[in-house]
Amino acid sequence: MRRAVRWLCTLLILVTHTTMAREIHSQASLYQNILVTQVGSLRCMQFTVRRDQRNQSCVDMRRPRELVFAYTRMMLAGLLFNPAPQRILMVGLGGGSLPSTLASLYPEAWIDVVEIDPAVVTVARDYFGFLPSAHMQIFEQDARVWGKRAASRPTRYDLIVLDAFNGDYIPEHLMTREYLQETANLLTNDGVLVSNTFAISALYHNESVTYAAVFGSFYNFKSPDTANRIVIIPRGAPVERMQLEANAGKLRAALKPYGVPITSYPARLVTQVDWDTHARVLTDQYAPANLLQGQ
Amino acid sequence: MRRVLINVLAFTGGFVIMSLELLGGRVLAPYFGSSIYVWGSIITVFMLSLAIGYLCGGRLSMRQPSLQRFALLFLVGAVLTYPLVLYGDAIMRLVFDAIEDPRYGSLVAASALFALPTIVLGMISPYSVRLLVTEAGHAGNVAGSLYFISTLGSALGTLLTSFYLVLWFEIDTIVTLLAGTLVVIAIVGLVGGRRA
Repeated sequence: MRRAVRWLCTLLILVTHTTMAREIHSQASLYQNILVTQVGSLRCMQFTVRRDQRNQSCVDMRRPRELVFAYTRMMLAGLLFNPAPQRILMVGLGGGSLPSTLASLYPEAWIDVVEIDPAVVTVARDYFGFLPSAHMQIFEQDARVWGKRAASRPTRYDLIVLDAFNGDYIPEHLMTREYLQETANLLTNDGVLVSNTFAISALYHNESVTYAAVFGSFYNFKSPDTANRIVIIPRGAPVERMQLEANAGKLRAALKPYGVPITSYPARLVTQVDWDTHARVLTDQYAPANLLQGQ
Repeated sequence: MRRVLINVLAFTGGFVIMSLELLGGRVLAPYFGSSIYVWGSIITVFMLSLAIGYLCGGRLSMRQPSLQRFALLFLVGAVLTYPLVLYGDAIMRLVFDAIEDPRYGSLVAASALFALPTIVLGMISPYSVRLLVTEAGHAGNVAGSLYFISTLGSALGTLLTSFYLVLWFEIDTIVTLLAGTLVVIAIVGLVGGRRA
């Protein structure tokens, strides 16, 4: 009986979502199916055709600047540790809302975006109003390969944002100790690494010990609103809570139009170990992230 | 007995080839990514190597075919597989530095790492057919059942590697296990060949 009710509920949600969400565009790329849907003024980019999947990237077309998802806003917490980045690297474009936000917050900053799927770049441009600024460069490449080449160039970044996991399939070579090390080497001395990643499933433990293996301690930023967590790793000297709050105060006005409650963030950043420290570290040799996530 | 032994060897060969091919994607990913062309490179190299292996294996079976020579193929296969563990990283770094385009980089790296062992493992199929065919009238039947067994091995190698082995072991451990299996099976073949 209970199962029947649950089944009916699921069916109901599926049907309503299917009938309410208008499909605007769909495109099959080499890597995924990209679907653009709209409900009311909310336009979303989804990476699979399964309708019960959470939306990957959404823009409220009436208030295009506002960041729709909690985890997108939370990624800006990295700015608390380096409030004036001059060079920014983004891995994973999505709908482009975060690069756009950073570009308008820091018009002088140089922003490099690495996105493996050219179709995502096209869809972001055509349907999400993503307009790369003159200071922005987009590389349609595998982030691991790009990063390895970048190591031999002199450019180093004040802020690196890893946002390459769309929840459905994890590029396993972007979740290993070696990749994190390679990425850390691209940071300036007071640079910050911000990673949007998973807060649930067995993978949480493996991923946490992997970050710990490379960086020692790191900040975990979770929210009850989302199955994501944001990992924040400042490379420079430890920053006192007072300083974080002072920085939040300075950023508050600038971040308001994007709906980012930055002053509430410092209190929510924790370094406490809440994972199984005996979990296996993910390496290039051992990287079954997708299998672990399913467990 | 001899027949069973040859079938076991053919099965193992099939298993190792596909297990190696699947690991290839993992091995190349840190240097060349996991884009579709990396898989394209790997599959191309394996198909080309198998093609050459079939040709050479057939030729080789013309000259004094024996179970012992057959078993030696497995030993050579093991010896050619193991450098992947020892020099894989160094080879990929060289290729990465020399070739900018990850398509051709992955093609060259996959050739350097996998072509030789796969050619030798490809020789197994035609050679095993030669060992078991006694009359021309049965040749198709013998070949059919050998392909059946070795492809079954390939299916199992694919499944076990992708579902479980990568979850339990490091890649180098799996490659070592595969090479070790080839050595063990070669010794079994050599001993069995002496008795026969």
